Amino acid sequence: MPAAPHADSHAAPTPTDRVERRGAAIELADVSFAYDQRLVLRGISMKIPRGKIVAIMGGSGCGKTTILRLIGGALKPRSGKVIVAGQSVPDLNADALYALRRRFGMLFQFGALFTDMSVFENIAFPMREHTDLSEELIRDLVLMKLHAVGLRGAASLMPAELSGGMARRVALARAIALDPMVVMYDEPFAGLDPISLGVIGQLIRKLNDALGITSVVVTHDVYESLKIVDYLYFVSEGRIVASGTAEEVRESADSYVRQFVDGEPDGPVPFHYPAQPYAKELLTHVR
Amino acid sequence: MNRAAIDLWVGIFVAIGLGAIVFLALKVGNLLTIGAEPGYRLEARFDNIGGLKLRAPVKAAGVVVGRVESIRLDPKTYEAVVSLRVDRSFEFTKDTIAAINTSGLLGEVYVSLDAGGETVMLKDGDRIGKTQSAVVVEKLISQFLFDKAAESGNAKK
Amino acid sequence: MYAEVPGGVAYWLRRLGGAVTGSIGRLGYASRFLLAVLWHSPQAFRRIQLTLREIYFAGVLSLVIILMSGMFVGMVLSLQGYETLKRYGADEQLGILVALALVRELGPVIAGLLFASRAGSAITAEIGLMKTTEQLAAMEMMAVDPLARVIAPRFWGGIISLPLLAALFSAFGIFGGYLVGVRLIGIDAGAFWGQMQAGVDFWPDVTNGIVKSVVFALAVSLIAVFEGYDSKPTAEGVSTATTRTVVISSLAILALDFVMTVFMFRGTGT
Repeated sequence: MPAAPHADSHAAPTPTDRVERRGAAIELADVSFAYDQRLVLRGISMKIPRGKIVAIMGGSGCGKTTILRLIGGALKPRSGKVIVAGQSVPDLNADALYALRRRFGMLFQFGALFTDMSVFENIAFPMREHTDLSEELIRDLVLMKLHAVGLRGAASLMPAELSGGMARRVALARAIALDPMVVMYDEPFAGLDPISLGVIGQLIRKLNDALGITSVVVTHDVYESLKIVDYLYFVSEGRIVASGTAEEVRESADSYVRQFVDGEPDGPVPFHYPAQPYAKELLTHVR
Repeated sequence: MNRAAIDLWVGIFVAIGLGAIVFLALKVGNLLTIGAEPGYRLEARFDNIGGLKLRAPVKAAGVVVGRVESIRLDPKTYEAVVSLRVDRSFEFTKDTIAAINTSGLLGEVYVSLDAGGETVMLKDGDRIGKTQSAVVVEKLISQFLFDKAAESGNAKK
Repeated sequence: MYAEVPGGVAYWLRRLGGAVTGSIGRLGYASRFLLAVLWHSPQAFRRIQLTLREIYFAGVLSLVIILMSGMFVGMVLSLQGYETLKRYGADEQLGILVALALVRELGPVIAGLLFASRAGSAITAEIGLMKTTEQLAAMEMMAVDPLARVIAPRFWGGIISLPLLAALFSAFGIFGGYLVGVRLIGIDAGAFWGQMQAGVDFWPDVTNGIVKSVVFALAVSLIAVFEGYDSKPTAEGVSTATTRTVVISSLAILALDFVMTVFMFRGTGT
């Protein structure tokens, strides 16, 4: 059970955090994006309310991670609006963007821990970079975050010494180091053993509720997502093909959703990569 | 590696690196031996400077007392005007002879100063009155051949 | 459109043109990158610990190879030089030969090449790996500019390290030359050091050597951090980038050396 990190206080990194403690709303309106000439997102619209966990699901390469990057301001959309906490992200200048990012937390796919620093230093990193807190205070905060994810005893280990699940939990502790208003998760469940899956899932839910943040989870693990999220969006070929609450999705009759949830090999997402008819291809070699 | 160890090693590294530069400047090069003072200028005119180059040494009795600062041609008299920068701690008499010599047969070309007996000394900007041009080996050889030819010519008569 | 020219030639011409424009474009990109790194450099010095750490990894850890190579080069110079000078009865000039060769040319150039292979490739690999494992992206998302925190310290670490290493290379080379020339072969120590002092001038020999090593340091450091930053985020991408660093740095050093030597030592006879 994660200890609810400090009520308010002198430890909050910036005064405005106290005002917007209840997370921030994110909205994408008719967003399109292309890598070079390849159109990856076509007119995506989604609303992510404050304090909720929303999952963005879809097959590999359908643009889920791109959406995260757009929210974080690492990419600019070709058209459409990306609004976080009332600010239009693509229009922010460098300083404003950095100020916004200080209130974000992001969990990268394999943790992206800084390999030349210990676990403790990884989590202390954002604190040391963005606050003037004393070392004693930082130490207490780091231990608190580690305790929340259950790894207080691993503080002096190096990232190379951690298992996949542990590394991801440390990365999660680092993502919430400055009590962000939005946390983004890029494939948090990928490649984990069943126990770690359960642990991460529970942590995402509990931290979300305890800190009152908004969470965006990009994943293709339906089973784990349905256990913890409030709302889901399904993306296929750059468009939103389905959406709904966890309940609605479980009971949905939509063929795409059904194929995804039930794990059917063939359906709206075809099994066969586009090719000539089989018989024709075989016979063309017989002359 | 903790901070203290890194600081220590970096400090050692920078120290020996700077030490190497100082070594190169003083022991290998001649940063301080040239003399701390800028020196004074003397001018000398030659008919032929031979292989004299800029920064060639100026020696008196074989000891380096200065450097050749500039070499140019006087367009009216067709003489080579050589400017010498001499260390202030050495003074030369007004009847000093400046000659261009070669150290050894293939060695470097330098200017030698032979002091005379006068009591008046040369000052900054003065011109050296007597000069001796460089010995050009080709002229020597053709002179020798010419003499030889004249000699045998005389013998025949 | 390509019908008149035989297919093969057109193809290779197109590839050549593409390669040339690609290289020039890359050069422009690298220049903008340099400006960006310089712009973010003040932080590398305000938090001097970052840069000190990089000086340790680039400079201190290169000491062994630099000092040993320097000594060997000096010793070989002495051996080879003696054989040739002896033929003209000029074996007393050995000191000048070794010193000038090292201080003017071999010190900066060889130290630069060794530095590029050892430290340059390490820097590229490190940055490339951080890019591949999304550490740089993570830093950006945490509102910490990787240019200021990761790139600039490594850039300046290289610039400070290489000139010092080059001077150490020359110094140890001269020492190696002394060991072989005086101790082994038997040349008079006084002649060795005396001729050297008379023949090696602080301006222009030593200072030009230092200027060369600074220019090389700039080139190698920039290439190393740029290739790392620009590498494709895969294992192959990183390995390609490290190779490029070594190759391009080496070529740059040799080319710059030629250009600088022409300007610096043109007028000096001896």
